[in-house]
Amino acid sequence: MRLKSSLKWLALAGGFALSLGMASAQTSMRIGLAEDPDVLDPSLARSYVGRIVFASLCDKLFDIDAKLNIVPQLALSSETSADGKEVVIKLRPNVKFHDGEPMDAEAVRFSLDRHLNMAGSFRKPELGSVAEITVVDPLTVKLALKALFSPLIAQLTDRAGMIVSPKAAKELGDKFGQKPVCAGPFKFVERVQQDRIVLEKFADYWNKDKINFDRVVFLPIADSTVRLANLRSGQLDLIERLPATDIKDVKANAKLKLTAVPSLAYSGITMNIANKEAGKTGLGLDPRVRQALNWAIDREAINQVAFNGEFTPGNQWINPSNPYYQKSFPVTGRDVKKAQDLLKAAGVKTPLTIDFMVPNNPEARQVAEIVQSMAAEAGFDMKIRLTEFATSLTQAEQGNYQAYLLNWSGRTDPDGNAYSFHACGQPLNYTGYCNKDVDALLGEARQKGSFDERKAIYEKATKILQEEGGVLYLYHVSILMAHTDRLDGYVQLPDGLIRLTGARLK
Amino acid sequence: MLSVILKRVLQLVPTVFFVSVIIFSLQHLLPGDPALIMAGEDKDPAVIAQIRAQYHLDQPLPLQYLYWIKGVLHGDLGESMRLKAPVLELVATKLPVTLQLACMAMLIALTLGVSFGVLCAVYKGRLLDSIVNVVGLVGISTPNFWLGIMLIFLFSVHLGWLPASGYVSPFEDLGQSLKTTIMPAFVLGNAIAGVLMRHTRGAMLQALASDYVRTARAKGLYEHVVVIKHAMRNALTPVITLGALEFGTLLSGAVLTEQIFTIPGFGKLIVDAVFNRDYAVVQGVVLVTATTYILLNLLADLGYILVNPRLRDE
Repeated sequence: MRLKSSLKWLALAGGFALSLGMASAQTSMRIGLAEDPDVLDPSLARSYVGRIVFASLCDKLFDIDAKLNIVPQLALSSETSADGKEVVIKLRPNVKFHDGEPMDAEAVRFSLDRHLNMAGSFRKPELGSVAEITVVDPLTVKLALKALFSPLIAQLTDRAGMIVSPKAAKELGDKFGQKPVCAGPFKFVERVQQDRIVLEKFADYWNKDKINFDRVVFLPIADSTVRLANLRSGQLDLIERLPATDIKDVKANAKLKLTAVPSLAYSGITMNIANKEAGKTGLGLDPRVRQALNWAIDREAINQVAFNGEFTPGNQWINPSNPYYQKSFPVTGRDVKKAQDLLKAAGVKTPLTIDFMVPNNPEARQVAEIVQSMAAEAGFDMKIRLTEFATSLTQAEQGNYQAYLLNWSGRTDPDGNAYSFHACGQPLNYTGYCNKDVDALLGEARQKGSFDERKAIYEKATKILQEEGGVLYLYHVSILMAHTDRLDGYVQLPDGLIRLTGARLK
Repeated sequence: MLSVILKRVLQLVPTVFFVSVIIFSLQHLLPGDPALIMAGEDKDPAVIAQIRAQYHLDQPLPLQYLYWIKGVLHGDLGESMRLKAPVLELVATKLPVTLQLACMAMLIALTLGVSFGVLCAVYKGRLLDSIVNVVGLVGISTPNFWLGIMLIFLFSVHLGWLPASGYVSPFEDLGQSLKTTIMPAFVLGNAIAGVLMRHTRGAMLQALASDYVRTARAKGLYEHVVVIKHAMRNALTPVITLGALEFGTLLSGAVLTEQIFTIPGFGKLIVDAVFNRDYAVVQGVVLVTATTYILLNLLADLGYILVNPRLRDE
C-alpha cells in the first residue's frame, strides 16, 4: 500500500517536472526598460523607449548596421534619379504582416501616406520632402520629392519607414496603437499600461530562422537600481540605460555582461546668443566669451569623474568615431590662461555671472557642478538652476536662460544632429543663433548625395560654428546595456535600439 | 431624517464642482507646455500647433475647463495625450491594483500596530514597551524608498525568494500576486503600523485607567477579558478613525513605493502623467480620488446619523 502511494507521488512529481520542462522549452526574453513607452503606433509615437519596442514589432523599409551604413530590411534596394527628385524603392517579396495580409507596394504607399496625412502624426516633418507616393508594380514604389533631400533614406530606417497593415490600420483608426499590426519578428499579444508589453514570435516572419525567442516581454522599471536588481536576481535577461555608476557592479558579477557602444547622442551646453533678452548678456555678448568657456572645460575630466571614463569626450554634433566627424577640429584640452585672455579681450568684467539651467537629474547635476568649478577658474560664475525637464524645455523655448545643459538622442544622418539646432529660426535652435552662411551650408548638405561632398560642406559649417556657434559639445554617452551571460549573439548598434535577430539564450 | 440625508447629498454638488475647478487650475499652473512635451524631440511647429488645436490648448483657460467638465458630466474623462487611451479605462485598470495594495498594507498595519499597541499599554514601562516604542519610531522614520530597495536586495537579489518588481493580478495567479505585492504592502504598512501602534498605546492606557475597567477588574474578571473585551473595544474607536484616514491616503496611490516596485497603480500613473504634462490623466485621476474621498466622507456622515439619533434632527 505504502509502495503504491509512493509510486503515485513519484509519477505525479515526474509529470510535474515534465510539464515544467515543456514550459521552459518556450524561450522568453525579458527586457527591462527605463520608462513606459507611449502609444505603439509608428505614426503617433514620439518616445525613444517606444522605438526599442518597435524594433521587435515593426520592421522598416531600411535599417542601419554597426557602422551606420544603411541596409535593406523590408525594402531590397533604393535608387535615386539623377536630379535627385525621384526615389524608386524595390520591396522584399513574400513578406506578410502579422494578420496574414501581404506587405506589398500598396501597403507601403498606404503607410507612408498615413505617416504624412494622419491627424497628429509625428512623421510628417520627417517625410516632409515627399510630394507623391505611387505604386509602380506590386513590389515597387516611387517617391516623388519636392527637392532632393539626402537624409530621406536615413529617415526610412526609423519610424517613418515602418510599414503597418493597411487592413488593421483602417479597422482600428487612431486606436491602432492599442493593437499594432506590422511585419516585424514578433507580433503584439498584450499590453498592461506601465506594467508590461508582451510580444510573441511571428511564425511567418521573412527572417524567422534568425529569431530564437518565442516571446519577448518588455517591463518598464523606472528606478535604475531596481532594474539592475531584477537582472541580478534573474528576473530580467537584459536591461537598457544602465547608469555609468553601476558599470563596476556589472563587471564584477560573473553572471552579467556589459555592452557599451558609443551612441549617436551628444550632451552639451546650449548657449543663449540671441533668444530674447537673456541672449544680450553673458555668453551672447561676444563669440570670444563662448570660446573662453570652451577653453575652461576639461572634457576628459568630466568623462572620468562623472562617467568612470566610459563615455566619449566630444566637440562636434557627432562622436569622433562617426565617419562624418571632422578630424581637422579635434577635441582640445583645457587652457585656463587662454580662457582668461579671451574674456579680457572681449572686455568682460569678471566674474561673469551666467544663469545655468540644468535638468534636475543626478547625472546632469554632477556634470553641471564639474563645469561650474572649472569655469570658475577662468572667470565665470555659473549659477546652476536645477529645473524639472518639461519646465526647462519651455524656459529654453522662451529664451529664459543663458546656458542650458541639454542632451540630444541623435539621428543616423548627421543632418538630424545639426540642421534644426543651428539653422535660423529652426524649432530646436534655442540659442537664437542665425548666420546665413551656416544656413546655406546646412541646406546644401541636404541636397548632396555623396558622402565626400556632404562631409566637405559640414567641415565648412563646423569651422564657423566652432568659432561662434551656440552649442558647446561636451561628450557622447555610450549605450550601456547589461544582460545575463546566457544571452549570446546580441549585437548593440549605436542607436540604442534592441534588435533580437540572431541573438539567443543559452 | 430623509431631509437631512438629502441635504448632505446636495452639499456634494458644490463641493465636487469646487474640487474640479481647483484640480484644473492647479494643473494649469504647472510650468511647462504640454504641447512642447508631446511634440517629441523634433518639436516641429506644425505638429505643436496641431496638438494645441486637438486638445483645445490654444483656447482660453475657462473654455478649456468647460470642454473638460462637459466631457466629465457625460462620463468621459478625456483621452491620454501620451497613450491615446481613454482616461476612464486607465483609471479602471489601475484602481483594483491600488485597492489591493492598500488593503494588504492596511491589514499589515492594523495587525502590527494594534497588537503591539495593546501589548505596550499592558506592559507599560517594561522592557517590551521600550523596545516596541523604539522599533515603532524607526518604522515611522524609515524612508519608504530606502526600505523598499533594502527589501529588494535582501529578498530578491540575495535570497531570491520574491520577485524584485512587477505585478500579477490575483485573478491570474493568487500566489504570484501575493509574492509581487507583499514587499510593497509591507513597506506601506510599516509606516502606518508605527503611527497606529502609538495611538493604540495611548488610547489603551487611557482606557485601562478608566473607572469601568477598574469596575470590571473589581468584579473579578480575568485580565485578558478586561483588556480585550472592555478596554480594547473602547480604545479602538479613535484608532479605526485614524486607520480609515490612512486608508484614504493609500487609495490615492503610493507614489514612491509604486515607482520602486514598479506596481502599475494610481501613483505610477499620476507620476508619469505629471512629468509628461498629460493633463487629462492627471485631472481624471485626481478627480476620481477626490470624489471617492468626498463619497467616503458622506458615507461616514450618514453612518453617524444612523448610529446617533441626536444627529437626525439637525
